[in-house]
Formats: sequence, C-alpha cells, structure tokens
Amino acid sequence: MFNGLALGALLALIASGLTIIYGTLGVLNLAHGAMFMLGGYAGWVAYQHTGNFLVALIAGALFGLILGVLTERLIIRYFYSRPPEDQLLVTFGLGIVFVETVRFFFGSLSKTTTLPAWLNGTTALGFMYYPTYRLVVVGIVAAALLALYIVLYRTRIGMIVRAGIEDSGMVDALGIDVYRAFMLVFGIGAMAAGFAGIVNAPVVSISPDVGEAILVQTFVVIVIGGVGSFPGAILGGLIAGEIISITSVFNPGYSYVMLFVAMTLVLVLRPYGLLGTAGRE
Amino acid sequence: MLALIAAPFVLPHLGFTSTTINRILVWGLFGIGFDILFGFSGLLSFGQSAFFGTGGMIAAYLLTVMNLSNVTVAVFAGTIVAAIIGYLVGLLALRRTGIYFAMITVAIAEVFYFVEFNPLSRFTGGENGLPGVPQPSLWLGFTTITFGNDRLVYWYLAACYFIGMVIALRIVRSPGGAILSAIRENPLRAAAVGHNIHSYKLAAFVIAATYAGFAGGLLGLMQGFMPPDAFAFDTSGQLVMQTAIGGTGTLVGPLVGAAVWLYLSDFLQTTLHLGAAWKLVLGLIFVLLVWFLRHGIVGALVDLWRLATSTSRSKPLEAAKSDPTPVANAPVVQFMPAAQRPSSDGNETILRADGVTKRYGGILANDQVDFAVRRGELRGIIGPNGAGKSTFFKMLTCEVPPTSGAILFEERDITGFNITRVCQLGLTKSYQVNQLFNKLTVRENITVAALSKRGPFRLDFLRSLRSVRGLRERVDETLELVQLTGRASFPVSELAYGEKRRLEIGLALATSPKLLLLDEPLAGMSPRERIQTIELMKSLNAGRTMVVIDHDMDAIFELAQTITVLVRGRVLVEGTPEEIRRNSAVQEAYLGVSEAV
Repeated sequence: MFNGLALGALLALIASGLTIIYGTLGVLNLAHGAMFMLGGYAGWVAYQHTGNFLVALIAGALFGLILGVLTERLIIRYFYSRPPEDQLLVTFGLGIVFVETVRFFFGSLSKTTTLPAWLNGTTALGFMYYPTYRLVVVGIVAAALLALYIVLYRTRIGMIVRAGIEDSGMVDALGIDVYRAFMLVFGIGAMAAGFAGIVNAPVVSISPDVGEAILVQTFVVIVIGGVGSFPGAILGGLIAGEIISITSVFNPGYSYVMLFVAMTLVLVLRPYGLLGTAGRE
Repeated sequence: MLALIAAPFVLPHLGFTSTTINRILVWGLFGIGFDILFGFSGLLSFGQSAFFGTGGMIAAYLLTVMNLSNVTVAVFAGTIVAAIIGYLVGLLALRRTGIYFAMITVAIAEVFYFVEFNPLSRFTGGENGLPGVPQPSLWLGFTTITFGNDRLVYWYLAACYFIGMVIALRIVRSPGGAILSAIRENPLRAAAVGHNIHSYKLAAFVIAATYAGFAGGLLGLMQGFMPPDAFAFDTSGQLVMQTAIGGTGTLVGPLVGAAVWLYLSDFLQTTLHLGAAWKLVLGLIFVLLVWFLRHGIVGALVDLWRLATSTSRSKPLEAAKSDPTPVANAPVVQFMPAAQRPSSDGNETILRADGVTKRYGGILANDQVDFAVRRGELRGIIGPNGAGKSTFFKMLTCEVPPTSGAILFEERDITGFNITRVCQLGLTKSYQVNQLFNKLTVRENITVAALSKRGPFRLDFLRSLRSVRGLRERVDETLELVQLTGRASFPVSELAYGEKRRLEIGLALATSPKLLLLDEPLAGMSPRERIQTIELMKSLNAGRTMVVIDHDMDAIFELAQTITVLVRGRVLVEGTPEEIRRNSAVQEAYLGVSEAV
C-alpha cells in the first residue's frame, strides 16, 4: 500500500505537469518522459558536486523549469498554429534528442544516487517499519502538488492560465500576453517532471531510458483521470501507483497488464476519464 | 516498379549493403499501412509495433516450434492474427480521437511488449527471440522455390512490396479511401453527409495492422530470426519518424524514409564511427524535417514539381477571377432525379417537431416548438439573433438531442438518432459556417457526399471510384447545379467565398436529401453572389422539400411559401409571406417595441 502511495504520488506529479501543459497549450508533450529523466540527471550531477541532497532537489526542479521555458520559447511556440500531429512529432523528436544527448555525455549505464544517512533508514510507523525516504517522497510530492494547486487556482497568473485553457485567443485580445503565460506553464509543467525525476532517482537508479516507461505510465494515468484535469491527474496517479505496486507483490510481469485492464475499464465505462469532461480532445 | 527492379543493381554502389536494402523493403511495407492510417486518415498511432511483432512472432513460431514447412501459409497466418488483434485494439483505441488516441496506442503497444517478455516468454523466447526462422520459399504445387541468399531474398521481398503497393493504391483510390481522407479533413462533416466514421477509422486501423503483421512476418524470414525488439516502443517510433521523413500521404514516403534512416544509421555508425550518437544525429534531423519540411522528402519533391508546372495551372484560376460576367447569367439547370419528385399528395407531412425544447443550463434556446413541413414545400424561418434558429436546426438533424419533445421524419420518430443515420434517411443540412473538406478538390468534396448513397459503411476498399454506379452522374449534376463545374479540380482552399458557400450547399445536395435544411445560405455574400444563390435555391425547390433560415428578409419573402417566425426560442407566428409582412407582432419583435411594453 505505502509503496503504491509513493509511486502514485510521483506519477500524479508527473501527470499533473503533462496535463496542465496540455490543458493550457493544447500540446501533448511527448518529451515529458525525457524531461523527467533530465531532471534526474541534473539533480544527480548537483548531488555529485555538492553532496547536498536538498541542492540536488532544487537543481532538478530548476533545470526542468529552464528546459521547459527554453523549449517553449525556441520550438513549441512555432507549432501552436500547426496541426496537432506536428506537435506530437516534434516533441517526440525532441524527446529522442534529449535522451541521446544524455547517453552521449553520460553513457547508457545507470547512475545510482545514494541518500544521506538521515534519509536512508527506516521509520517506525507503530504497526510497521518503513523506508524513511519513501515517506519523505510522499511528503515532498504532496507539498509540490499543493504548491502547483496554489499557483494554478489562487494566483493571478493561475487565473490567466485557466482563462487561457478556455479561450487563449480571447485572453490575448484582453491585452494579456498569453504567450508569456504559456511559456511559464510549459516551464512549470517541465519543472514538475524534472523535480519528480530527481525525487525518484534514489528509489531506482537513473539511466537515459528511464523516462520512456514513465511516459507510458503517465499516459495511462491521464487516460484514467481525464485529459486536462488537474484533480484527475492526481486521482489517476494514485490509482495507477496502487495497481502497479499491488500487482508487483504477486508478479511484476503483470503490472502493465493490470494497468492496461484498468485503463480499458475506464475507457469502456467512462470514455472521458474519471474526472474528465466531454469535449476536450 | 522499375525502381524496384533497378534498386539491387544501383544501390550497392551508393554504399547500401544487401541486408540494408532488404530491411528498407520490410520497413517500407510496414510503412505503407501506417501511411494509410496516418497520412490518409489522419490517425497518428505510436503503437504499430504491437502488430509488427505479433505478425512476426506468429509466423516465426509456426515455422520454428511447430515445424510448419509452408512459409507463405505461416506469414499469412501471422498477418491474419495481426489483423484480428488490430480490430480488437482499434475497438478500444478509437473510442477517442486526437491525442487520446495516440496515448492509448502507446499504452497498448507497451502492454504487448511486456506480455511478450514475461507471461508469454515460453512461446516467444522472451528476450532471446525466436531463432532459426527458415529462408523464404514459395511452394508452387510441383516444386518449391527457396530464396537462398540476400540477393534472392530481395526479389522475394520486392515482389511482396509490389503487391502491397498495388493493393494500397487501390485502397486509397477506392470509395472508402476517399471517405478516409474526408474524415481526416473534417470528421464532423464526414459524419453529417452520412458516413459512419467510426467504422471507416476502424477499417483503416485494421488495414494498417494487416500491413504491419505482414511486414513483421517478412522480417523474421529475412533475418532468419525473430527479434523481440520488434515489439519495442522504439519500433513504433522509428516507423513514425521514417514516415515523417519520407513524406506522409504518399505511400512511397515510408520507403524513402526507411532508406534515409537505415542508410544514415549505417553510415554514421560504420563510416563516421559515431557509435551511439547516431541516433542523436537522426533525432536532430527528424526535428528539423518536421519543422521545415512538413511533407517530408517525397512531399517536397512533389511540391517542387508542382511549382515547376504551376504556370499552366494558375492561368484558368486568373481567368476565372478576372471574368467580369457573372456566372448567374448562366442558364439554371433543372435537377430533378425521378426519385426526388414530390408525390402527388402535396399535403403529406414530411417532418414534424412536437413540443421540442432545448435547455443549455439556465438558458432556454427552444421552448415547446411545434413545427411541421409538408412534402414539396419551401419553408422559411426568420427571427432575430439568438431566437434559437440554428439550435432548432441542430436538433432536427440530430446533432444535439432535444431536452424534451419529439421529432418525426416521414412518420418515424428520429429523436435520439445520430446525424449519420438521419442523413441516411434523407435529412441533411448545409452549415451556417462552412464545413468543407479543405484539402480535397471540389469534385472530391462532392464525391464524398454523394458516396453516402452506398449506405453508412461499406467495405469496398478494393473497388475503384469509377465503378460505383451512378456516382459520376450524380457528382456532375451536383457540380453543374451549384455552378462549380469549371472549378471541379481546384482544392477548396483556392475558392472564393461565394463559391465555398455554394459548395457547402452542394455537399448537402449530393447526399440526395428528401428534406434539405439550409442554415443562412446567404450570410456574408456579395450582392451578385446573393442573386446567384437565390436562383440556385429556386431551382433546387423544383423537386425537393427545403427549409431555409436566413436574415435576408427579401430573399425569404421571395422564396418561401410559408414562413415561421421564431422569437426567443418560441414560434411567434406562422403564415404566408404576405401575412408575416403585415403582422404587427413580427414587426415589434424585430424593432424591439415589445421590450418597451
């Protein structure tokens, strides 16, 4: 159960990043998995240099933010007016470029991140002992999600973003620079992925290919939760995390199959996702 | 064909090894199906590896573990299983469109990958794959030809590719192929002219899966080994990239893309010794191509060729534009297929709406509208902006369901039907805002609409458009009627606004409706275009029942026998033009006097 919670929280964070980008910009970022991977590497490099895990966390998040902002400004912006297939193709290509760049500099072998001692033990929960770090993961991810929620629903920029989701042309006409908001959203979305990347790094070692599986899981999360829905991403993430971890107890080979079964059920019973609404494609 | 024969003699001199050439053919064949799915139907799937792998594994399993000796049978078995799985996966993935579809295909393909690796590894060899797949051979009844070396395998694969290409060409030129292109351009309108778009998309998905399964089987034969990574996400990704590099919507694009991809990967790795970085280079090339060369290499060549030959083509366009004599002077063609003639009984009701109400949240768009149209009538509907006219039309064609009330078409309750079924029954409309198939030509647009006569769905993917009986006549008649015969070969994007409006009516007309609804056919027209279109509507009414919404009072008063006035979602009054003209309530509604009362 708790393993599932940690994984689910991570998936929820990554999926939220993907879903707010899609919801606002209408772009499905196929490079999102690669951004998750890059966040992990950025944090790992920072950790190697400073030995401070907090610095690593900040580095992962910051790197994601900068990467997202640059990607939006230099590439994605020119694809808003093009058909969605082009957006998929270009982000898919970008993902490959990111992965192969990392492979070029760091090699294909996986890197492990050893936690500082105070995070590495187990904690007594009264009824069981549990790895401290996984509890910490749940905590920091929850904090990150809360921060995301506050930014989206309680600030001026969040209001612009949510208005942009409804009708970006209108927001533009009201004299608000929608593109600046878009750039920020892409940055925040990528930051969520990058941050998740470094948070996840100590749990499983990182390699250039780590983002691919995560991306697929994130898609399932979003299909389950409903595209463009922030609460849906969180709910979907938690469900997917539980499914994967519970199945893994019995037979890890079937975790994908079960995830797929869940997705199929949702598609048949609620085609727009658990918390999605009709009309958003 | 010539290129296929010449390839093994030319390409080795350019640095292609014979294995590479064979791989290109397999990927090219794989890509033909994908191009029908993506390039022609607009469905971008990132999950084709599932079918590629399935077809290959089944064929390899039959040939190695089961010791089946007939290679052809094994490959066909694999292809058929892949097609069946494609059907099942398509049922699920096509529940949604756009990016949802892309995400679902990714997820499903990943499941196949894991299933192949874990639960089914006993059959598939897990990460080792299935070695020992025999060389291709052809059993001819009396003797068996074995294709022993790479050269001979090439001829085997080239023959397979050629057959695949011939079939694909037939598919894209078939009625079903035309409808797939229309679905890509405008799914809403494709459904509205009476096509069951879901079935057509599913058919395209199965076609793509079939090609994938076939190519997968050939991959095993070619390599003598069925690799498990045929199932990997990378396989789907490589296919997508090769197709985009070569050019979508061209059928040969994937082959060209595969040649570029495989050649560069060989070249970068062996000649430039880039090692693992080859994929980085190819990734960069891919991003740049998507960015700047939208239609890939083949598409760019086609564009270049068009540019070179465009001088001859642009002339008639100029001539048509500068021609000062209005087309309205052309004699109006009488278009009256016998089946469309009104029955002798002029008082029969063709459409009835009983107490139709539509609520959008707190807004009442239509409130208890009772409405009836007699066969052969030309009815006008007028009303101020926001009176609920368009909403009413949408409910009549079952685009949106009414909140309450019933709609009867030819005595049949059609409430809750979908727009495709209603069109098949003979009720369709032209849209207030043009809903055309923009990249298709005028003739193709009309053809797609006229094809609805075949029924909502037919599996005639191997039939040529020319062999559809009566299609050409119906298309020509419709073109002449909406006065677009001279523009038939132009893509919609090159038409003037008035011409697009007429094409919009032509699309509805080509479905041979018994009842035609026109939603503001005159909106935004220049005076000359307006006169032309009024004439058109007059000629249309000679043989069919029509309901016209417009703000152009003069036109409606001139055309309609009966006029219904809608105000604030209700029927205010109904009567002859003369009665409406004199009705004080109508004048108040338009001049706003009633607000002051």
